[in-house]
Amino acid sequence: MKKETGQPYTLADLKLGEKAVIDSFTDKELAVKLLEMGCLPGEIVELKHIAPLGDPIAVFISGYLLGLRKSEAASIIVREVKEVY
Amino acid sequence: MEKEKKIKVALIGNPNCGKSTLFNVLTGLKQNTANFPGATVDKKTGSARIQNNAVEFFDLPGAYSLNPKSMDERIAVQILEDKNHADFPDVTLFIADASNLKRSLFLASQIIDLSYKLGHPEIPLVIALNMMDIVEKRGMEIDVALLTQRLGVPVLPISARKKEGIEELKQALVSPVGIPSQPILSEAMKTGRSEEQLTIDRYQRITELLKGCLKFRDRKDEEVFSSRTDKILTHKVWGYAIFLLILFLIFESIFVIAAYPMQWIERLFIFFSGWSAGHLPKGEATDLLVNGIFSGLSGIAVFIPQIALLFFFIAILEDTGYMARVSFIMDRIMRRFGLNGRSVIPLLSGVACAVPAIMSARTISNWKERLITILVTPLMSCSARLPVYTLLIALVIPSKKILGFFNMQGAVLMALYLIGFFSAIASAFVMKYMIQSTERSYFVMELPSYRTPRWKNIGLAIIDRVKVFLFDAGKIIIAISIILWALAAHGPGNSFVEIEKKYNLPATGSGSPVLRHSGAETEQGRNGAAQNEIHGKMAAAKLEASYAGIIGRFIEPAIKPLGFDWKVGIALVTSFAAREVFVGTMATIYSASDQANTLSIREKMAAEINPDTGQPKYTVAVGFSLMLFYVFAMQCMSTLAVVYRETKKLKWPIIQFIFMGTLAYLASFSVYHILR
Repeated sequence: MKKETGQPYTLADLKLGEKAVIDSFTDKELAVKLLEMGCLPGEIVELKHIAPLGDPIAVFISGYLLGLRKSEAASIIVREVKEVY
Repeated sequence: MEKEKKIKVALIGNPNCGKSTLFNVLTGLKQNTANFPGATVDKKTGSARIQNNAVEFFDLPGAYSLNPKSMDERIAVQILEDKNHADFPDVTLFIADASNLKRSLFLASQIIDLSYKLGHPEIPLVIALNMMDIVEKRGMEIDVALLTQRLGVPVLPISARKKEGIEELKQALVSPVGIPSQPILSEAMKTGRSEEQLTIDRYQRITELLKGCLKFRDRKDEEVFSSRTDKILTHKVWGYAIFLLILFLIFESIFVIAAYPMQWIERLFIFFSGWSAGHLPKGEATDLLVNGIFSGLSGIAVFIPQIALLFFFIAILEDTGYMARVSFIMDRIMRRFGLNGRSVIPLLSGVACAVPAIMSARTISNWKERLITILVTPLMSCSARLPVYTLLIALVIPSKKILGFFNMQGAVLMALYLIGFFSAIASAFVMKYMIQSTERSYFVMELPSYRTPRWKNIGLAIIDRVKVFLFDAGKIIIAISIILWALAAHGPGNSFVEIEKKYNLPATGSGSPVLRHSGAETEQGRNGAAQNEIHGKMAAAKLEASYAGIIGRFIEPAIKPLGFDWKVGIALVTSFAAREVFVGTMATIYSASDQANTLSIREKMAAEINPDTGQPKYTVAVGFSLMLFYVFAMQCMSTLAVVYRETKKLKWPIIQFIFMGTLAYLASFSVYHILR
C-alpha cells in the first residue's frame, strides 16, 4: 500500500488480496450508509474481488462480502494493518 | 362464533437474513400479496393459527437501518412510527442473521429505541436469531440467555431453513411478549451528535452488549467455497462467458419449454370458444363471451408459462446468490446508460415478455434507475412481436443466402432484435439526463454467500408473481378486450344487417372477426370451403363497416405517410391489445379462409395491388416501415397495465406510450421514404 502523492490512502487504492483498517469517511451522506452496513472505523477490510472492468470491487468486512463502486470506495480512508496475522 | 381479533405480527430484518424463508415456514400457502397503502412496495401477508390465536403475519421490506434511504425502507419507518397506522403491528418479529449478528442488531436496536421515542415502550419485540445452523458450522457460539437479558426482549435461536426452533418461536409470539427494558441509545446520548457519529455510537453500544455473548473459534468452510466460486464467476473472461451461457440457456428454455404449455392453453381456449359458440344460444352475449372475454383471457393466460418459467430461473439465480454477482459484473457497463447493474435481468427478460421483466425490476433500489429500466424494457423485442416479424419478413424479404451461408430472412430478424436492444440502451442514455432525481445512485450491496436454492421459496415466489399478473394486469386487459370487441362487432345504424342480407346468410352472433384468435373456427371447419369463403368475405365487409373499421379509416391520413392504408390501420388499432393480434386481423381483412395458416395470408397480402401505382402494395418499403413500427410502438396493454401497477402513476405508461409511439412513427416514416 504505497502511494507517492500526499493524498490519503483509500479503500480504492487497495490491491487484490490486500488488507487495511478503516479510518474515516470523506463523504458524509455515504458514510452513514456504509457505517450501517458494518464499515466501521477500526474494522479490517480485505479486497477480495474486482469486477471484470475494474469496477465495482468486493471487500470482505465484518464477516461478509460487500460490493461497492470504486468511487464509493474512494470515500473510505484506510490505514495499514499494524498487527501481524 | 364471534369474530376474533387477529394478532398482527410484522416481520422485519436485513436483506438476505432469511426473512422470506421464515415467512414461508410460518404461513405456508396461506399468502397474499397486496400493496402497502399509497406505495409501490409489496405487502406480503399470510395467516396461521398458533394455539387458539389467529395470527396475521406481514412482511416489511428488507432494510439495513431505519434511516429511510429507499422507498422500501421508508415504509417500515412509516408503519412503526405511527401507532394509528392501519398496519401498526401488535408484535414485531425481528429476524437477525446470527452469522452476522452485529450488523443485524444495528437495525434491531433502532427498533427498540424507536419505541422509546414514541414516549414509552410501544412495540413489543421478539428477536429470532436465524441461521443458527451456519453459526454452528462456523464454530461460533452465541449465549442466547445472556443476550436476552442484555437486550430486554426475548431472543430465540432458530434455523428457518432446517425448521429448527420454529415451535418455540411461535409460542413466544402469542405469549405476552417482552417489552424492551431500556433503550440502546437514549435520547440524552443522542444530543449534539451527527448521524454519522450516532451510527458509530450505536455500533459501540452493540459491541458492548455483545461482549461475552459471542465466542468465535474459526471461520472457514463455506466462506472458502464462496470465495473460490467468486474467483471464477467474477473473472474477467469467465465471468461474462458464464453469464452469457446461463442467459442463453434460460432464453432457450423459455422459448422451447414454454411453447408446449402455451399451446395447451391456446387449445383449451379454442376448445372452450368453439364449444360455447356451438352450444350456447347465438347472440350478443355469446359473442361477447367468445370473442371478447375468452379471447382477452386467452391473451393473458397464454403468457403464464413464460412468466412462471422466467421467475423460476430468476428465483433460482436470486436464491443461490448469483444474481448479486451479475449486478456486480454488469454495473460498470449499465451505469453509463443511466441504469444499474441490477437492470440487466429485466432488460434481457424483455426478450421473452416485458410483463415479468418489468416486475423483476423491483430489485433496483434507486427509483430513477428502476424507472428508466421499466420505461426502456418494452423496446426489447418480445415474443409477441415474433409472429408479426415472421409474417412481414416472409412477405417482403426473399429467402436468399448472403455470402453463401447467411439466410437473408434470418439476418433481418436478428437485425430487428438488435435495433430493439440498441434503442433501449440509447433511450436509457437520453432519459438519464431528462429524469430528475435527488436520490443518489448507490451500488453498495451485500454479496451473500452461495447457497443451495430453497425450492419451497422458489415455488411460492412463482405462484405469487403469476397471481399478481393474472389478477392485477388481468382486470385491465379484459376491460380493454371487451371495448375492442364492442368496436369490432358493432357498426353504426343497421350496416351489419345490410351486409348479412347481402351475403344471404342468417344473422349470427359471430360479429367480431378481428379479435378471434387463430383456429377459433371449429364450426367453420365442418362447412365447405365455399361457405368459408363467403363467411370470410362477410366478416371482412363487416369489419370495414364496424366502428373499428371506421377508426381505421379515420386514422388513415395519419398513417398514410408511413405507407399504411386503413386496413393496416385497423390492425394497428386492434393490435393495441396485443401485438400478435395483427396477424389474425390481417387474416380477417384479407378474408383468408384458414386463419391459422399464415401462408395464405401472406399470399393474399402479396397479391394486393396498390391502386395508385399498379404495383404490389406490400413493397420492401412498406414491409420495413411496418416492421420498424412493431419494433418501437407500445402496442401491449398488458405492459402498460403492469407499468401503471409498478409505478403507481398514470403518467409513466402515458409517457412511455407517447415516446415509443413517436419513435415508431419517425422510424417508419424515415425508412418508408428512404426505401420508396
